[in-house]
Amino acid sequence: MDHQQTHSSNPRELQMARSMCWHCQSEVSGEYFCDRCVKVQPVSKETDYFTCFGFPRRLTIDPGKLEAKFYELSRAFHPDFYQNKSETEQSISLGNAATLNSAYRTLRDPIQRVEYLLDLEAGSVKEIRNSPPADLFEEILELQDTLDEYRASDRTSDAGQQLRTQLQAEQVTLEQRKRDMETQLQQLFTDWDLLQDRGEATSQARSERDRLLKQMREILSNRTYVKSIVNDLVATIG
Amino acid sequence: MARIVGIDLGTTNSLVAYMDNGRPRVIPGRNERAIVPSVVAMTDNGLIVGDAAKEHLTRNPERTVYSVKRFMGKGLADVQSELAYFPYSLTEQGGVIRIKLGEKTYSPPQISAMILKELKQRAEAHLGESITKAVITVPAYFNDSQRQATKDAGMIAGLDVLRIINEPTAASLAYGLQEKTQGTIAVYDFGGGTFDISILKLKNGIFEVLATNGDTHLGGDDIDRRIADLFLTDISSRHGIDLSSHPDHMQTIRLEAERAKIGLSDALKIQVSVELPDNNGRFTRELTRDQLEALIMEIIERTLTPCRMALKDAGLSPDAIDEVVLVGGSTRMPIVRQRVQELFGKTPHCEINPDEVVALGAAVQADILSGGTTDMLLLDVTPLSLGIETMGGVMSSLIRRNTTIPASAKEMFTTYVDGQTGVDIHILQGERELAKDNRSLAKFRLKVPPLPAGVPRIEVTFLIDANGILSVKASDMRTGLSQSIEVKPSYGLSDHEVEQMIEDSFKFAKDDVNARKLIETRLDAGALITTTEKSLGDGLHLIAEEDASAIRAALSALATAQEGNDPRAIRARIADLEQSAQRLTVAMLNDSLKRGLQGKKVSDIT
Repeated sequence: MDHQQTHSSNPRELQMARSMCWHCQSEVSGEYFCDRCVKVQPVSKETDYFTCFGFPRRLTIDPGKLEAKFYELSRAFHPDFYQNKSETEQSISLGNAATLNSAYRTLRDPIQRVEYLLDLEAGSVKEIRNSPPADLFEEILELQDTLDEYRASDRTSDAGQQLRTQLQAEQVTLEQRKRDMETQLQQLFTDWDLLQDRGEATSQARSERDRLLKQMREILSNRTYVKSIVNDLVATIG
Repeated sequence: MARIVGIDLGTTNSLVAYMDNGRPRVIPGRNERAIVPSVVAMTDNGLIVGDAAKEHLTRNPERTVYSVKRFMGKGLADVQSELAYFPYSLTEQGGVIRIKLGEKTYSPPQISAMILKELKQRAEAHLGESITKAVITVPAYFNDSQRQATKDAGMIAGLDVLRIINEPTAASLAYGLQEKTQGTIAVYDFGGGTFDISILKLKNGIFEVLATNGDTHLGGDDIDRRIADLFLTDISSRHGIDLSSHPDHMQTIRLEAERAKIGLSDALKIQVSVELPDNNGRFTRELTRDQLEALIMEIIERTLTPCRMALKDAGLSPDAIDEVVLVGGSTRMPIVRQRVQELFGKTPHCEINPDEVVALGAAVQADILSGGTTDMLLLDVTPLSLGIETMGGVMSSLIRRNTTIPASAKEMFTTYVDGQTGVDIHILQGERELAKDNRSLAKFRLKVPPLPAGVPRIEVTFLIDANGILSVKASDMRTGLSQSIEVKPSYGLSDHEVEQMIEDSFKFAKDDVNARKLIETRLDAGALITTTEKSLGDGLHLIAEEDASAIRAALSALATAQEGNDPRAIRARIADLEQSAQRLTVAMLNDSLKRGLQGKKVSDIT
């Protein structure tokens, strides 16, 4: 823990748009370095993670390409390479490296990636679901009962063992269901990417876009619900 | 740019290394040994460090500090269970452990600073330049307080600590540089006081840490204790003696336990022999490797759980690991190698001396920072989740463990009551659900303008830098103004205290210089005695009997002075002996010249 932080003198121009170099005030057209004075430029707060990696807003990402770009940008931004530079450059390097690491962590994982995209396209998705998804309603209610029964039972007894076997089977089913949802998501990823690639501005394309976003949001939220039930199950039966 | 050295500040031993034309090298001391025992002794002539201090472990146990690293960034309650093992006395002040040495108390960073200073002086003497910048290694599983304490130690020692780097990753840099390894490697680092496991992916010069885990309170020290406890039980049942009231003998037992452990890495059995107090004779027994292994099996098993957890966090099975690297003195034990081999299913590497590899890696990182090495880059992670306490005493995680650093997280705060002017924030580190089960890092009060409830919007940014150390800043989203936050660390020294300690370290530097002078003078005296005795044996026939007895008298006077604590007295006796031995020296020189140069006199040829 740093004992005291003083950030009141943080230069305001750092937060200004990327269009002007903080150092030589010339127009910045290069990605992260000023063309004229070669100083590192801060990644703007408005830059989304896809843009940060120079990727289009697509849901299918080649992990190899993502990693290669991550390594390339790490070499450009990491504080290790700014030890001999000015304090401003060191602070930009630190901020950029932290942003880059968040971006990589988010884009690397398909679930975090789609959550992030939904957030960009249509606002936050992280509302917690309190009721089971419709098609799972019966099943989940039954499972909750079995869980309660098992918790109250003598676990070494035959009845307890039987309940345990039942719960284990339920766990397998739910995990399969979670995988199915992920496969469904994968298909929606492809649909989304194709729609984006077509780049149409018709009302049909717009409603297709909204439909895809809605579906992905629905599946994500169901998946989160199932995942927490599975975690609960695992925690109970060990 | 001024030279940056790499320092391994270990529990048992410390080393300093530097980069010499693209090759990392450890720096030896006057005695040609690179290792400085991490021991500090308070003598009547001031503080001494290293090999010389180690001699005081049994002579002066209450005033000789070892394994101070176990206390870095800790409060007294954290180490309650092991207090009985340490002969020196510990207290606490402001959440920080203090070690009592004579009249004064010292914080663990101050003691560590003495070791760092010794290494700094050693590097300066070897390289012939002033050293002010360093990279210092810490166990990967060190929390924020422990890292900050290490940084404080550097500052107190007059070093600008440019980077705190994790020991296992440092080791991977040393291996990576030497062997140009690619693939996934596991670094198993079992040292004197701590255990770490790090899993890395090496690709085109990028060292990306995938996961790390460990135990900052598990090391060779714990093994020594098991052995020592066995000896103590034995002594109590066979001789009816309880040694716990004899700190000096307790130290002898501890050192004998360590010696037995080390010996049993090569031998299958070893003889143990320790003198008992009050003319009770000696305690002797045999210890076999099998007995040792049975005794410490549980400790070795405790290192395997973190290994499995790290694999799980990295999403890898043991067979996905291409290479396993062993670091730390405790990995010399055959049982450790065997268990590691069983877990990962491959023979571990240990080509680079496990005592030196961390310091060598720190030198490589120092070279990266100074711009010398440009093709290697280490991307490390934070070992523990960082969060804040929320309603109901629950920890809300902001930065998860194994997140690549630098890492940042933002959190928005507002008020619940009209006109509320502050929000209390409690920062935590750990993996448990409840705030009270995690490590408290700091508490601070966020200043808020008095407004209706819910209106203020203060964004707090938590940033973990490349050292794994946290900083916090806040800005008012309504006004865009940043505010400075004064954070009181829960288990750390305040800025003011660190400054005071830096000042003190200059003040005590005079005492330290005296202590160092004494040691060096004693060493010089010892060397002169040895050579003079040899000359006297060889050249006795060349001088008069009265000259010989004068030399013998001066020899014994110097030997007596050498035992004393006054460097000036020793210097004077050294001069006396040189004076008395002058005729002998000249006679021997003449004799050899006579034989070599056919009778020419010294005056003829000079």
